[in-house]
Amino acid sequence: MKESLNRVKIIVVKEFRHLFRDVRMLAVLTFFPVFLLLMFGYAVNFDVDKVPIGVYDNDKSELSRDLRSALTASGYFYESVQINSDEEIFAVINSNKAKCVIVLHENFSKDYYRGGEASLQYIINGTDGNSAGIIQNYLTSFTAGYSNRLRSEMLEANGLTEYIPVDFRPIFWYNPELKSTKFLIPGLMAMILIMICVITVALSIVREKERGTIEQLDVSPVLSYELLIGKTIPYILLSFLSGIFILLAGFVLFSVEVKGSYTLLFISTILFISASTSLGIFVSVISDTQQVAFSIATFASMLPAVLLSGFIFPLESTPAAVQVLSFITPAKYYIITLRAIILRGAGISAFWEQLLLLIAYTSLFLILADLVTKRKAMKQ
Amino acid sequence: MQDSISNKVILSVSGLRKNFGTTEAVRGISFTISYGEMFGMVGPDGAGKTTTLKAVCGLLTPSEGQINLFGGKVIRSGKSTQRRIGYLSQRFSLYGDLSVDENLDFFARIHGRKDYKKDRTSLLEMTRLADFTTRPAEKLSGGMKQKLALACSLIHKPEILILDEPTTGVDPVSRRDFWMILSQLRQEGLTIIMSTPYLDEAERCDRVALFNKGTILKLDNPVRMKETCGFRVFEISTPVIREADDLIRSKFPFAPQLYGDRLHIIVEPGSKIPEQILHLLTENGIIVLSSGYITPSLENIFIKSTESEHAG
Repeated sequence: MKESLNRVKIIVVKEFRHLFRDVRMLAVLTFFPVFLLLMFGYAVNFDVDKVPIGVYDNDKSELSRDLRSALTASGYFYESVQINSDEEIFAVINSNKAKCVIVLHENFSKDYYRGGEASLQYIINGTDGNSAGIIQNYLTSFTAGYSNRLRSEMLEANGLTEYIPVDFRPIFWYNPELKSTKFLIPGLMAMILIMICVITVALSIVREKERGTIEQLDVSPVLSYELLIGKTIPYILLSFLSGIFILLAGFVLFSVEVKGSYTLLFISTILFISASTSLGIFVSVISDTQQVAFSIATFASMLPAVLLSGFIFPLESTPAAVQVLSFITPAKYYIITLRAIILRGAGISAFWEQLLLLIAYTSLFLILADLVTKRKAMKQ
Repeated sequence: MQDSISNKVILSVSGLRKNFGTTEAVRGISFTISYGEMFGMVGPDGAGKTTTLKAVCGLLTPSEGQINLFGGKVIRSGKSTQRRIGYLSQRFSLYGDLSVDENLDFFARIHGRKDYKKDRTSLLEMTRLADFTTRPAEKLSGGMKQKLALACSLIHKPEILILDEPTTGVDPVSRRDFWMILSQLRQEGLTIIMSTPYLDEAERCDRVALFNKGTILKLDNPVRMKETCGFRVFEISTPVIREADDLIRSKFPFAPQLYGDRLHIIVEPGSKIPEQILHLLTENGIIVLSSGYITPSLENIFIKSTESEHAG
């Protein structure tokens, strides 16, 4: 046992030497998480904010100016262009100077003061359906609020008190500002960890095969599991460091704090890294060259982690077949767990099934790797 | 050199067969090696040398047959046997980004050696790598790389050294150095089994097995092999080697072996063929600079053996 541990230690030291001397790999492992964090934190953002709107104000009254002022005061919209004719509306939308045009007709205030219905029109560019939907929701909410305010003022002026039969007051838990960054950070952590684990572990093992050094180790007291443990420990540690870095950056840059238990976070991360590492080991077993290993590892880790894990797209709204397919990535289980721990501060009862799935995933791929290795050995 | 060879068998290979799919890489070979012996395996690419060596190292499972090393059966990944082997594979298989020292340290420590510093120093001196201890292995020349690989395979004091074409692609000076080291190891009593494509290297071994197409054509001491080969080599030197070759081929049912400006004709003892060939050449105006019987080389024997096999 002591000898075995000593051999693992020797391999770990060797692996760290490789890692620190491979400047390109080290740079990728260091800067890739930073790059993804900044990109997903700042560039990839599903929030609709500071929307440019065109204003076609035919009324030019005190009321129309008040409405426009109230609309832009929210910070979600700003007036990017004034429109003076019907033809200009098309040009403004088409040139993307405004994502939405508000049309206030010439009798807007007159209709209101006469006690009639003062209508206004929103023309929204629907090319980006997601953004258009969010803009529509914002405008509907704004219009309802503004309308309520006018009604209250009118009733008050006439000495009446407003009566609201059903008062609608939504409360958003866990992410009250509805910031998509908070939703993305846990997914991002899963994506970075799975990539580091699968790709680096697969490459590091296949490198030994490709360079023939594994033959030298085969004719030595080193057992195959000692080699695997020794070769994966540095990358597991590196993954942990990346995880800590992402959590810190998420807190400092995006105010994403861990609301739940750090112990559960640690345990779930260990299980996820184990699952990802087992996938990396399996990739290394079926690959003979680093090029092949890199292609398979990237394909097996990144694509499912982005598309099938619920990282960006809610899995509930995908077709049933995709939901079944989503079981192939451990990132799915980890993201569910992370969101529960980090955003909701939930206990283990909220995600214990995910942890079991991670354990099952680890076992499955280690067994598969073992079977393939034995099959290959029989052929040799 | 023969004196240090013990009668005790260190390795015995019996009826070894190895198939890769439908390809028969090794076809039922048998041989034994004694402690302290330097055993050479010679043959062209694909002859089965590497497969045999890998099977001996426990890197491949034989399809048939048995290998016994140190008195025990060799099984795939059998660590108790493997830890007593020093193996140098055909291609450079050390860590290029680790220094000479780091490679040696790694292989010593992985074998559980703690008191290896003195041996490391002597190995570095023997391989003339003492001045390059901090140099990354990938920055060494081809010959130095092979010497480092040899040092790494010796650092744990193996009982048998298995070398798979250790000097292939190595410059002549490094090759000579390499052989000096092997001779020293041989004198110290280390058992060495090696494959090589070079017949001149094979002549330095205590015994040589001539491999071809997965079988052993001949196995003996090189000197004895030459003495008992059962044929003579008649050498003819001529400036018009191609014409002479064509002429002989057209009149006789065999092909001479060509070596630069010399033709080697393998004949039975007492054969009249050499006189007939000389007569044929002079009759056709081909100048013969010199002619006469020479001692058969391993190459002659190897070519003759492969021809006999084809004829058989």
